[in-house]
Order: sequence, then structure tokens, then C-alpha cells
Amino acid sequence: MRHGIVGIVSVTAAVIIAVLVLSGFGAQEAAQADGRIEIEMWIGLGGELGERIEQMAGDFNSLQDRFLVSVVEQGDYEQAMTSAIAAFRAGNAPHIIQIFEVGTGTFMGSREAIVPVHELMAQHGTPLNPDDFLSQVTAYYSTLDGEMLSFPFNSSTPIFYFNVDAFRAAGLDPANPPRTWPEVAEAARVLVATGNHSAGFTFQWPSWTQVENFSAWHNAPLGTRANGMLGWDAELVLNDALRVRHLQALVDWQNEGLFQYGGRGGAAGPLFTSGDVPMYIASSAAYAGIARTAGFEFSAGFLPYWPDVAGAPQNSIIGGGSLWVMAGHTDEEYEGIAMFFDYLSSPEVQADWHQFTGYLPITYAAWELSRAQGFYDRVPIHNTAIEQITLNVPTENSRGLRFGMFPQVRNVILDGMEAALTGEMTPQQALDEAVVRGNAILREFERTVR
Amino acid sequence: MITDPVRVRIVRHAALVVGCTVVMVPIYMAFVASTLELAQIFERPMPLFPGRQFIRNYVQALVVGGRGLGGARAIGALTMVQNSMILAVGITVSKIVISLFSSFGIVFFRFPGRSVVFWLVLVTLMLPVEVRIVPTYQLVSDLRLLNSFAGLIMPLAVSATATFLFRQYFMTIPDEIVEAAKVDGAGPMRFFTSILLPMSRTPIATLVVIQFVYGWNQYLWPLIATTDRRFWTLMLGLSRMLATADHQADWHIVMAITIIAMIPPVALVLSMQKQFVKGLTESDK
Amino acid sequence: MVGKRVIFGNRRLPYLLVAPEVVLVLVFFIFPAAQALLQSVFREDAFGASRVFVGFENFRRVLSDPRYVRSIWTTIGFALAVAGSTMTIALFLSAVANNVGKRATAYKTIIISPYAVAPLVAGILWFFLFSPAVGVVAYGLRGFGVQWNHAIVPLHAFSLVVIAASWQRIAYNFLFYLGGMQSVPDSLVESAAIDGAGPKLRFWQIVFPLLSPTTFFLLIMNFIYTFFETFPIIHQLTQGGPSNATATMVFRIYRDGFRGLDFGGSAAQSVLLMGFVIAVVALQFRFVERKVVY
Repeated sequence: MRHGIVGIVSVTAAVIIAVLVLSGFGAQEAAQADGRIEIEMWIGLGGELGERIEQMAGDFNSLQDRFLVSVVEQGDYEQAMTSAIAAFRAGNAPHIIQIFEVGTGTFMGSREAIVPVHELMAQHGTPLNPDDFLSQVTAYYSTLDGEMLSFPFNSSTPIFYFNVDAFRAAGLDPANPPRTWPEVAEAARVLVATGNHSAGFTFQWPSWTQVENFSAWHNAPLGTRANGMLGWDAELVLNDALRVRHLQALVDWQNEGLFQYGGRGGAAGPLFTSGDVPMYIASSAAYAGIARTAGFEFSAGFLPYWPDVAGAPQNSIIGGGSLWVMAGHTDEEYEGIAMFFDYLSSPEVQADWHQFTGYLPITYAAWELSRAQGFYDRVPIHNTAIEQITLNVPTENSRGLRFGMFPQVRNVILDGMEAALTGEMTPQQALDEAVVRGNAILREFERTVR
Repeated sequence: MITDPVRVRIVRHAALVVGCTVVMVPIYMAFVASTLELAQIFERPMPLFPGRQFIRNYVQALVVGGRGLGGARAIGALTMVQNSMILAVGITVSKIVISLFSSFGIVFFRFPGRSVVFWLVLVTLMLPVEVRIVPTYQLVSDLRLLNSFAGLIMPLAVSATATFLFRQYFMTIPDEIVEAAKVDGAGPMRFFTSILLPMSRTPIATLVVIQFVYGWNQYLWPLIATTDRRFWTLMLGLSRMLATADHQADWHIVMAITIIAMIPPVALVLSMQKQFVKGLTESDK
Repeated sequence: MVGKRVIFGNRRLPYLLVAPEVVLVLVFFIFPAAQALLQSVFREDAFGASRVFVGFENFRRVLSDPRYVRSIWTTIGFALAVAGSTMTIALFLSAVANNVGKRATAYKTIIISPYAVAPLVAGILWFFLFSPAVGVVAYGLRGFGVQWNHAIVPLHAFSLVVIAASWQRIAYNFLFYLGGMQSVPDSLVESAAIDGAGPKLRFWQIVFPLLSPTTFFLLIMNFIYTFFETFPIIHQLTQGGPSNATATMVFRIYRDGFRGLDFGGSAAQSVLLMGFVIAVVALQFRFVERKVVY
């Protein structure tokens, strides 16, 4: 009997101890490297972009010896946001978290969870001068008074890529790419008829490129209250004649074989890089990945627009991520974060990041520096993106979006687009339903921030 | 022995060949892709025969890793194989040990609350990790066990399958054996270690296979419970490599890791095929 | 509950024996499940700063969403499609393999191997074949005039998930059917053969009826498999799309709760799913007690 109890206890204990020993006490150990104060940054980017961020953090770490920025990749943007929120709820939030642009509303609405960047910089570092920054980029993440809430780290905007080789083969002029939607359709017809292409064009991030940016580009509101910037009581209005017409056109072009839907997120990428689909609307930051994979010459121009819409083209809006500072850390740690942000916004670091990734420069100084270095002569595509977001003075329809729980709203919009493209609903029905469901989410959020 | 007409026998073999081909095609194509250069994979159509990059791709996969696995501090598949192994073995051992004890308790003793225990274990069948995912995350996070193998293993360490299989098996053990042990003066733990355990080799072998495969293939839980890549398993690494936002997946390396990820569990199943099949199907009867 | 007639008499020992399992069940199963129950009647903001009791509102919201109701049907559709296809194919292959004698070992080994392949890996393998951009099969289908695109054609997406899941699952069904057939007494089959029954007749009249417990057991196990284990496949292949055509109940719990941060709605879905699974397991448990266990 005694022997038995000892047996059970020891075997069970052995198993548990073995498990614990194998488990990661190492995680905590590595954190306190040579007595520096650790600043943890979670990012939602992988691939060469994530690697570059790690490199930047490494450079920062070697420039000073008080702080140690450690970068943790969290899969993708959605995953990073979810993990950060879960970690915050569990009381162990990281210091810095990279959140995609549509998470802005959610984070802004939770003032107890975040430290606004303008406050952080004013208290612990160099106060920010809003005039140094490209307002088309920072407006998305600022209050109406221009105070920056998060650090606009990696912003991009969709542009219109095309396969130069395929254009030449089809007898189209690559120096004169289509500028309007009817011209895109016409070019697609020629390309599909003359080449081995399963369709003429596709796009990534369907809601971002075809609804959100489409609306800004045509100076049409996505929602009321200046797209939510004026208050949480905003309502979606994306089911008017213009948006319905565009969705209908996509459906028709799909049926005609001119357009192929490539899926949500960045899933459509390989369709373009494999050479199959010769026109592609995608983030300016997709440049590096395309250049690496595509076995053909490519170029890019402005987003297409409908020529009969007054006010089009206006300017496009950004996407990508910004860095949010989480609440609940020490003053000393905030000092380190401010120092890191100072480092990130220096012209050299910004210009380098911009030139390597294709993300937009956030300061005028970095833009100037890149121009002086002859970057835009070498890779004109990147100037295209900047010219496109700065094409006109932004209106309240093209400053940016600020809706609570927008990741969910975006899924609702995607549901609507897919419902129309699969033929389950007419474009009008699909967008009407998206508005109803989206507004229900906005009202739900409004009740929780109150 | 029945002898069927030759025609029937040929049809049988043909059917099996077709079946086996369908089973093998996806694995074969993955292998082909793992021996090509990335650009070759994007050719249309992709080559249907292995290329020349076998050694390069596999060395890169094992040691260096690929896009999505982190830059300078990237982890290669070797680390992930090790992590998957710890997770799979940890889950297998905990489940089998814990279930052996509890089914021994349930079958060979009478005690108040015995049926409560039984029902508690039954309930776990109804609560797979997917259903309780959000609160479980919260709990493991509160226990400070995120990014640790303990946190990965403990929520998965209970197995109704194992408990029921052992219970079922123990029920078939003849009363005379227990009587004899008691007459010989063996206490319950003595009986457990020197009679019951050796007799239970078949169900244990079966469960080793089932639970190892289960642990090796875990996906959702490691996906959210680990953020530190030193704890990434093969499944996690694969999903990270394919989660492409603004970049392209390294398909040749992905496929090499996919092949690597298949080897240990498939080898285990095939090497223990006999005992495994015996344990699965005979406990039915 | 039945037990053995001959037992040991200790008082404390059995509690110690069951303690590890009971503790883990209470901590990692019952407690989180209770949390989910509790969460389902509250509305909470993403960061957990405010928490308001809302009664059954989350359930009302979830159940009045036609897309949620659709996910129930999608789940059932998957379960039927996967169970139907895997069981038919596995039954056929095992019946054939059971009759080819010793040389069947190589075939069996190949057919069994996907049992050990992770659902995620199965998803990746089939995605790779059917991807419109790089997939060999998608490319081949174009030659037949089929524009394969599971990103937007619901039927393609649904089929692809069923194919990947079934491919992985046939092995399991094959194992059980083969085991079942091997325990059919040879004498029964032989005497039928002597009476002149051909292979087909022998199978349907003698073997198949004897396999009915196995068939029922596999049906339940395949259902449970499709409910939960297809998650990695869906997550990898279709993300529930297009237009929710492949969003199962489990996928929605993950997407709404973990991605959409709608904790109340997700918890309500968890509770509904628990009810759903309890019904299936209750069915299975009656069966377990009839002595046909896995």
C-alpha cells in the first residue's frame, strides 16, 4: 500500500517535472540579457519584412546599451492583434504592438489599454512636430487635431501592377497602361484573347483595394461622420449606386473571363507572379516579393477609376500597420520606447526602410533623402505610390477610416463581395446586407466604448 | 480457400493500384516540389519529376529555415522536429500514464464517487480544445504558461480515449487472475506493476501510436499558445511560412518541411502497424 | 455502472489513482467550459475593460444570423460528405484487399499511411495541387475547360475540403473495416462460396451485415472527426470562404472569438456546439455500453 502510493506520486511527479523541465524557463532567461531593460515588440509581418524589422531593432540595440528591443513575429496582422489583446487581458501585454490599419478604431476606443504616441513622445522623448510627417499617412492614425495616436510605421497604398512582357506580347503599350476601369476591361480582353492567361486582372485584399480605396479614390464616403473620424455613431453607406455599379462590373467581368478572384488577404499574389494573370491591384509593399518571384518585367501605375465620376481620381488611402504603445509599463521602459521611435523616424532609417520594403516614407525628410539618393529614378514604382496618396488634398472621404471592430466589418464587406461574385446575391442585395450587418457591429462597439 | 476467376483477381489488383496511386499522388508532388527551385514551381505546368535541388533544399529546410521562420534568428526544421517530438512524446506519456492509473482505479476498486469520475472523463470527449479555446488560453496565460511546453501539454494531457480503452481492456481480464494475485498476497500496486502492466502491452502500443500522431499533429492550440518561435512545432512553422501578407511563400522549402513533418508519425504507424491494428480492432469485440 | 466482481479493498488508494486525471479535467476542461458558459451571457469590449450582463442576447444574436444557421448546415454537410465518401471508398478497398491474400501487405501499408499525416499537412498537399496559380491539377483541369478556383466557387471550395479530409481519413476507416472483415469466420464465407455465391453476393449477404456495428461506430467517429479535426484544413485551404461556404461551427468559434474578438458571441457558439456534441456523444455512448468500443 505504502509502496503503491509512493509509486503513483513519484511517477506522476516525474511526468510533471519532466514536462516542466522541458518547458520554457528559457523564455524568461533570455529576456534579461546583460542587465538591459527589455522592450518587447510584437509584429504581424513575416518574410523579408519581418527580418528587416529585426535587423532595425538589432541596429538600435547596438547603438545604445540601456535598452534591448526584442521582436516577436506573430504570424499575420490579425493574429498579432488578437494575441496582443489576449495578452493585455491576461495582464502581460508587450510594450509595442504592430496593428494593421483597420484595428485603429478598436485600439483608439480603448484608451485605458494604450498610451497615445504624442503623449509618450512629449513626456519621455522628443515631442513630435506633425508638420514633419506626410499628413496623408499620419492622418489615419491621428486625432482631428493632428495628434498622433500610434506610430505610422509601415504604410502602403494599393497600386496597379502590370506584366510588361505580357503587354508587349499582346501588342499593348506598357508606357501607356490603362487608367480607367473601361480601359482595364479592354486591355484584359486583348490579353486574354491573345495570350495564355486564365484572366486579365485580379487583386489582393479585396475590401481594402475594391471598396475602401475605391471609395476614397472616387471621393465617396464609406461611412458617415467623416468615415468615423467624428464619432463612434458613424454608419456605413457603401451601398450606393457607385459601389453597386463597380461590384456589378466585377461580376460581369468575372463572367466574361476578364477577372479572376484570388481570395482574401494576399492570396491572389501567385496568380500575378506566376505570369498567369497579367494585371494586379496590390499593395505598394508587395513590390519586393513580386520582384523576387516574378520571372518577367513588370511596372505599375495609378489605380483605375470610373471616368464619369465627378471628383475621381481623388487620392488613395493607406493600409499596413502602425505601432501602438500599450499601457501598464514603467516610465523607464517608456523612455526606451520613445528613444526607439526617435530612431525609427530618423531620415536615414526611414529612407532605408522605405527603399527596401516599398512602404511609404512617413516623413518629408525621408522622402527628400530618397529622391536625393536617386531612388525614384531607379524604381519609379515607389514614387507612383507616393504621388497617388498625395494627388489631392484629402477630403473627409479620403483621410482614412476609423470604425470600431473594423476587422469584423471588413469580413462582412468581404462576405458581401463574395456573395455577389458567387452569384448568391445581386450586388445591390449583397451590399445592402453588408451595410446592415456592418452597422450592427458598429452599434455593438459603440455600446462597449460608452 | 476460395479461388475466384482470374478476371476478378485482376480487377482487385487494379482497384488497389488505383487506390494507392490516389493516396500517393499528393505526397509525390510535394516531394517533387521539394527538389525544385522556387521559380520552377511557378512554371506552368510545374515539372512532374524530381529536380536537382534535393540536398540544397533539405539542408536549408533543416538548418536555416525559410521565409516566415524569422530572419537572423530563424529556426530550421531541426528545432521544430525537436519541439514537435517533445510535444508529441509529452502528450503521449502523460495521457497513457494518467489514464492507466485512473482506469485501474475505476475498474479494480469500489469507492464513493466512482461514477462521478467516469462521467467527468466522459465529459472531456464533449469538450475538445476547440470549444474551450478562449477560456483555456486565458487560463494558461494566467498560469504564466504561454510559451512553455507545460502550457502546451497540460490542457491536452487527458484522454477519454485512453481511459476508456484501458477500462474496456481491464474489464476483460479474468477475475481468477485478480483472485490469484490476492491469494499470493500481492497488494494492488504490486498487481498493477507486475501483472496488469505486462498484460496491457497491446492497448499501450495502440495508444502510443494514436496519441503520438495526435500530439504530433496538434495545430490550433500551439498556434495560439506559443508566440516565441523557439517553441514552434512543425505544424506551426508550416502555417507561418504560408501566412503571407506582402511576400511570397517559399514553396520549395515549405514542401521539404512538409515531407519532413510526415516522416516520424508515418514511420511510427508503419513500424507498429501490427500491434496497432490488433489493439484497435480487437478491443472492439 | 458495471464493474468487476473481484476488487481491491483500499480506501484512499483509488482516489490517489484517479486524482491526476480528475484534477486536470477540472482545471483544463470543466473550468474553461464554465467560463465559456458565463461569458456567453455577457457583453465585453475587446480589452475586457467593461463587462455587461446581457442575458440571452448573445444567443439571440447568433441564432438570428442566417450565416450561423448556415454554418450548422455546412458542418452537417461536411460530416455527411466526408463520412459517406471515406466509408464507401474504405469499404471497397478493404473488401478488395481482404481478398487478395498475402500480397495485400504493400497495398495496406500505402493506404494506411495517411492516417499519420496531419490534417494541416493534408490541407497543404491538396492546396498545392489545386491552387489556381501553381497547382498541377488546377492546370490540368483547365485543359478540360474547368476554371478551378476554390477562392470564389463555393462548390470547388467545399469539394476541396472534402477531398483533403477524406484522403486523410480513408486510412482510419480502412483499418477498422479490414479488422472487421478479418474477424468474419472463414467458414461462413467458404460455405457460401460452395453454394455458388460469387464475390459480390458473398460480400453483401454475409460480410457487410456482420460489419454493421463497425459501420455505425465509424459513422460517429467520422462525424466527430469532421466537426473538429477539419479545422486545420479549412484554416489552411479556404478560411471558411467563399461567402462562408466552408465555415463550419468550429471555424466560426475561432474566427468570431479569436479573430473577430466577439467573445460573447463566440462563447454562445461554444455553448451551442457543446450541446450539439453532447447529442452525438450520447448516441455514441449508448453504443459504447453495447460493447463496441474503439
